Amino acid sequence: MNIQTQPMHRYIDHRGNLIAPLPEWANDTLLQQFYRDMVLVRHYDKKAIALQRTGKLGTYPSHLGAEAIGIAIGSAMQSTDVLAPYYRDMPALWARGISMLQNLQYWGGDELGSSFPSISPDIPHNDDMPFCVPISTQCTHAVGIAAAMKIKGLHRVTVATCGDGATSKGDFLESLNCAGVWNIPLVFVINNNQWAISVPLHLQCHAEHLVDKAKGAGIKGIMVDGNDIVAMYDALLQSLDQARKGKGATLIEAVSYRLCDHTTADDASRYREDEEVKQAWQFDPIVRLKTYLINQNLWSEDEESQWLDICHQRINQAVEQYLALTVQAPESAFDYLYEKADPDLHYQRDALINKAMRMEKQNSGGNNG
Amino acid sequence: MADITLIEAVNLALHYEMQHDPNVVILGEDIGENGGVFRATLGLKQTFGCKRVIDTPLAESLIAGVTVGMASQGLRPIAEFQFQGFIFPAMEHLVCHAARLRNRTRGRLTCPAVFRAPFGGGIHAPEHHSESIEAMFAHIPGLKVVIPSSPQRAYGLLLAAIRSNDPILFFEPKRIYRTVKSHVENNGLALPLEQCFTLRKGTDITLVTWGACVVESLQAAETLSHHGIELEVIDLASIKPIDMATITASLEKTGRLLVVHEAAKTCGVGAEIITRVAESAMCLLKAPPKRLTGFDTIMPYYRNEDYFMIQHDDIVNAARELMEGWQ
Ligand SMILES: Cc1ncc(C[n+]2csc(CCOP(=O)(O)OP(=O)(O)O)c2C)c(N)n1
Repeated sequence: MNIQTQPMHRYIDHRGNLIAPLPEWANDTLLQQFYRDMVLVRHYDKKAIALQRTGKLGTYPSHLGAEAIGIAIGSAMQSTDVLAPYYRDMPALWARGISMLQNLQYWGGDELGSSFPSISPDIPHNDDMPFCVPISTQCTHAVGIAAAMKIKGLHRVTVATCGDGATSKGDFLESLNCAGVWNIPLVFVINNNQWAISVPLHLQCHAEHLVDKAKGAGIKGIMVDGNDIVAMYDALLQSLDQARKGKGATLIEAVSYRLCDHTTADDASRYREDEEVKQAWQFDPIVRLKTYLINQNLWSEDEESQWLDICHQRINQAVEQYLALTVQAPESAFDYLYEKADPDLHYQRDALINKAMRMEKQNSGGNNG
Repeated sequence: MADITLIEAVNLALHYEMQHDPNVVILGEDIGENGGVFRATLGLKQTFGCKRVIDTPLAESLIAGVTVGMASQGLRPIAEFQFQGFIFPAMEHLVCHAARLRNRTRGRLTCPAVFRAPFGGGIHAPEHHSESIEAMFAHIPGLKVVIPSSPQRAYGLLLAAIRSNDPILFFEPKRIYRTVKSHVENNGLALPLEQCFTLRKGTDITLVTWGACVVESLQAAETLSHHGIELEVIDLASIKPIDMATITASLEKTGRLLVVHEAAKTCGVGAEIITRVAESAMCLLKAPPKRLTGFDTIMPYYRNEDYFMIQHDDIVNAARELMEGWQ
């Protein structure tokens, strides 16, 4: 049976029909906002892939199909909460107020892409973690962050995200276990997109559902339709609220599907049937919400085309800014390593500067001649 | 105050800093009620409570990751590993995260954390309890490595490590945890990091060492002195970065270099020190530099352990060879 049709926390089914009365918070404006955000990040994603294909971005992991998960996370969190994201979480960062430019910078190979600006007037310093490339490691950091909040007596909640493959790793299980023991304000969200590069879920985990792991840790678990943004947002609001009130951690399994290659360096057609992907498109989170909104007279094709124009403008503006950025000086690799560099590092730094100057001279000489 | 042991000095420093900085928290296995397997954290939980003295589940990767997370939020966590030999599950966090957080975020987030672990052989412990792997950590850009070798330096260097805004691996030579005693002034004064300590002045050989080997090195220096050979004994203390200025200044007097370490030979810190001397102070040398190190073997179980520990005689002989062959 297709896991996406199984019963789980859900309000809008994949045909755009309401299957349960909407929660109280779900007003028209907010649903329209969710929709606009999802459309924007999807078009951004398309653009980012195109930039990679033309050599203007490094390897890039698409979030195609995961828009509802990320936008729900970023929108449900308070700006004072802390996010420990994984690499497919551009939508969550975007909804939290981190710009497209910043994301382009990161995947374009510039560390400044992780130097997020403050997003909260109450907290001048942005405390969100940068992307973690080693799988699952962010989960343990999130435990530390949530524990820090508890120690300091702050009512700030930490959200950690990961993929389904990440749940196999010790770090994930150690974190879940510890979050239970310490009763800390933490919400884990698994983006169960059913593939970890080429390894399908059933080769990753023998439990019936990933959310079952919450039981082993003694924390609350909710299995949510990750393509229904209403259900996602609702589950997050509940879990964040519970965490904020000191009632402990929650594990959310967001069931979805990776509609894209793993990254721009991957070719999923080598290990995945076209038929499976075609079927998965029927559960597209964006089409689902659009159908619902149109049926409710909350959205129209006119509004759609106006919004698309705005999206393209904004995306193109971010790309222009990105392409116009000056590259950090090569010696910046030395400048953020320690608070203060030791004498040998100073010497190495000078050596690098000399080398860079020599190379630049050669390059410009080569171009002239 | 009476003389105290190295482990008591560690405990004293932890008490002092927790008292004076509410952001300092400590975490690890058995560190609460039990005070840690070596009692480094004795009494801390009673004084500071379970929010600041945190018994973790038995999971080293978690301990290191949690420490990184806490440090990113402005706490000053001190993580204890029960033995250096159990630090391997935590390597990913030390190398991939603690060492890189500042660089990755261009200084937005930092990792002011201390990772403590008892290390070294000589206590008849089971397998995986006798490792000396400081070189592995010294190799990682973004980490600092500190090794105290006396109660006073354990106290002062640990305070400095906790106050440092960089992640520090603080390795405690457990063989001398209780065998060396000295007076420690509990005045909260930190010792400088990144600096050697010259423990004995001499004119013939510069002996650079650290950790428990300091004890045998000083004994050997006494013996050799009776035979007219005067060793200048330097406790490296900061393994990364290395204070070459002190070593070079000493070589200007002695012209002979002997490095002594318990860790295995290949790619050990001795290789680094000798290479640096070869690169920039070769002309100071009257004889080829020498290193006396552990063997490139797995530390044997304790019946054979003594053969693998550096003995006073080994140092005496190495120093003599260094003098005799190249008069
Ligand atoms: C510790 C570690 N091992 C291997 C990798 C290489 N790797 C990168 S992504 C990935 C698959 C992750 O799958 P999943 O957690 O399901 O997330 P998804 O990419 O599907 O969203 C692997 C194996 C890595 N980054 N880190």
